[in-house]
Amino acid sequence: MAKMNMLHAINSALDISMAEHPQACIFGEDVGYFGGVFRATSGLQEKYGKHRVFNTPLTEQGILGFANGLAAFGAPALAEIQFADYIFPAFDQIVNESAKFRYRSGNEFDVGNLTIRTPYGGGIAGGLYHSQSPEAYFAHTPGLKLVVPRNPYQAKGLLRACIKDDNPVIFFEPKRLYRASVGEVPEEDYSIEIGKAEVVKEGSDITVLAWGAQMEIIEQAAIKAEEAGISCEIIDLRSILPWDAETLIKSVTKTGRLVVSHEAPITNGFGAEIAATIQKECFLHLESPIERVCGLDTPYPLALEKEYVPDALKVFEAIKKSVEF
Amino acid sequence: MTNPNNISLNISHALEFIDGHALNIPTLKILSEQGDILDGATKPELDKETALKIYSTMRFIRLLDERMQAAQRQGRISFYMQCLGEEAAITASAAALKQDDMIMAQYREQAALHYRGFTLEQFMNQLFSNEKDLGKGRQMPVHYGSNELNYLTISSPLGTQIPQATGYAYGQKLKHIDKESGELSSEIDNVTICYFGEGAASEGDFHAGLNMAAVHKAPVIFFARNNGYAISTPADEQFKGDGIAARGVGYGIKTIRVDGADTLAVYEATKKAREIAVSTGEPVLIESIAYRLGAHSTSDDPSGYRTKDEEAEFKNSCPVARFKSWLLKQGWLDESEDEAIKDKIREEILAALKVAEKVQKPALEELVSDVYDTPIPALQKQYEELKEHIKQYPDAYPVTAGRIK
Repeated sequence: MAKMNMLHAINSALDISMAEHPQACIFGEDVGYFGGVFRATSGLQEKYGKHRVFNTPLTEQGILGFANGLAAFGAPALAEIQFADYIFPAFDQIVNESAKFRYRSGNEFDVGNLTIRTPYGGGIAGGLYHSQSPEAYFAHTPGLKLVVPRNPYQAKGLLRACIKDDNPVIFFEPKRLYRASVGEVPEEDYSIEIGKAEVVKEGSDITVLAWGAQMEIIEQAAIKAEEAGISCEIIDLRSILPWDAETLIKSVTKTGRLVVSHEAPITNGFGAEIAATIQKECFLHLESPIERVCGLDTPYPLALEKEYVPDALKVFEAIKKSVEF
Repeated sequence: MTNPNNISLNISHALEFIDGHALNIPTLKILSEQGDILDGATKPELDKETALKIYSTMRFIRLLDERMQAAQRQGRISFYMQCLGEEAAITASAAALKQDDMIMAQYREQAALHYRGFTLEQFMNQLFSNEKDLGKGRQMPVHYGSNELNYLTISSPLGTQIPQATGYAYGQKLKHIDKESGELSSEIDNVTICYFGEGAASEGDFHAGLNMAAVHKAPVIFFARNNGYAISTPADEQFKGDGIAARGVGYGIKTIRVDGADTLAVYEATKKAREIAVSTGEPVLIESIAYRLGAHSTSDDPSGYRTKDEEAEFKNSCPVARFKSWLLKQGWLDESEDEAIKDKIREEILAALKVAEKVQKPALEELVSDVYDTPIPALQKQYEELKEHIKQYPDAYPVTAGRIK
């Protein structure tokens, strides 16, 4: 196996997908010769031609409108939105069009060929508009699938699954980890099933759940907790829609405690949905209130980013609070 | 000389602004209101069979609209939208295409769908959202769609189909592009036509779709139906430029404006547009000028925002009557025969209506199918819970209670 960072792993998944289907197209702002502002599409225009890997004008609603049409035609449409913060002009095309294409037509038409890739999350001194985690907006929309990888191996396998999945999928890429996360990644093709969480580490006292870049944070918190004699079961949700309640219910039934952590603001964040489901399904097994360690209900800050983010210390405190309840 | 700004390199030393209405765009008109080919107009190459198919489509749609408008007033369906005044624009443009070209419409283009072969029964099933509706009873009346007939299912949000048409047409073109040169390697088999109103052209998706079609060279025929009104908002409160056509030039798109009540002008312009699209792979913009003779929908009453005089003025420019006059003068149509057929169609429509309104509503399963290709676990669970609830209170849910497995 080769050592790859997350960008290489994503590039490899895209490369395999482009080779697999002669009409697959990659498009978005600056994704052509330049290879994207983060270089995720490097070398692909040279390999597959300008007609299959191309820059679009600066119009997110256009990118997604075009993508819906191309996917409806039957070609894999691999659209990139440069930053998840800029996905909102495309909100109507995603929420009213992509998500409802199959349902509203009675399955006469669908955009199962659509995959949207977009970098999300903070930690790069990006301030309000290069740091957001908008997954919860889309989690409220039946018809979409949402997937977030935590490392290069996961990124390649999950992205391949998203592209092959016969539903529109948004693949949120943790941009803080693009180059920071390096690991063993097979050169060949493989997929990781969408909709399945992964128990990253087994433990007995408390379940700690996150996804994407936040996994690294809860793992750091768990190390501190272990030092304090608390055994943490760590779970990576991986898919936000559909989400794997079963794996989480099984874990919380065992540990009796849950901490959920995400970077997005706490109010109506996806952690709220998880907490509501777990309190219903694990009511008699819970030994303390479910803790959510999330971003504050503010726009994403710049100078005070360190204070804002749900860091390992905040997660550690929540773990302690839960265990000591 | 390099040209990084991508403009025409034309230097002037005189401080001069270009007038906002510098383009004085003409309207192509071939047929007079009396049904004669106008002096100077090129006689169209329209064969008798196609001409009669266009006419019979317009005639059918007018009768269907008349009957279903009344059916809505009787409370038999919840909503309806008529094509009144725009039958020629829609039918003649659809007739200039190939059967397997894609149609992405707005909502008032039922004539194009009927031209393709959508049957009276299919119209009725959709209007009554019964279990035979291709859309499985999920959308309001007139949101038709058919994969077999290459007619994308209508979506209520305005203008969303415009960039989608660009993407779809780009897909149609892909296999005709040479990888090395990036140029067309053969004539394109199929194009996409995209209909939208002058009001929808104010949406951001219009700009996105036309600009991307021009930049990426997608073979789309953008067909703007300028019918004067967006519900109640008149065109002069919608834009200040010279219609929608003037914008085509701004995007670098070949553009024509036609009299939308003139079947022959619309047919010829669309046929030519298709030739341009298949041979160059580039988009074309057609702006059709007609008058929305009816209301926006059954939920609208135009008497509050436009005058009786204005409506009367345009009543005389009925596109169906104009084309019929030409057909009669050609000797291709017989007046008494035409009236007899109309009576027969009226009877068929009423009979089909009576059948469709008795067909049962879709089964409960269709509430949760097609959200995804297969139901996700959470939805499956909700569905099971709902079934149990309905079984507990069957009288409250008479449409589905008796059919739950």
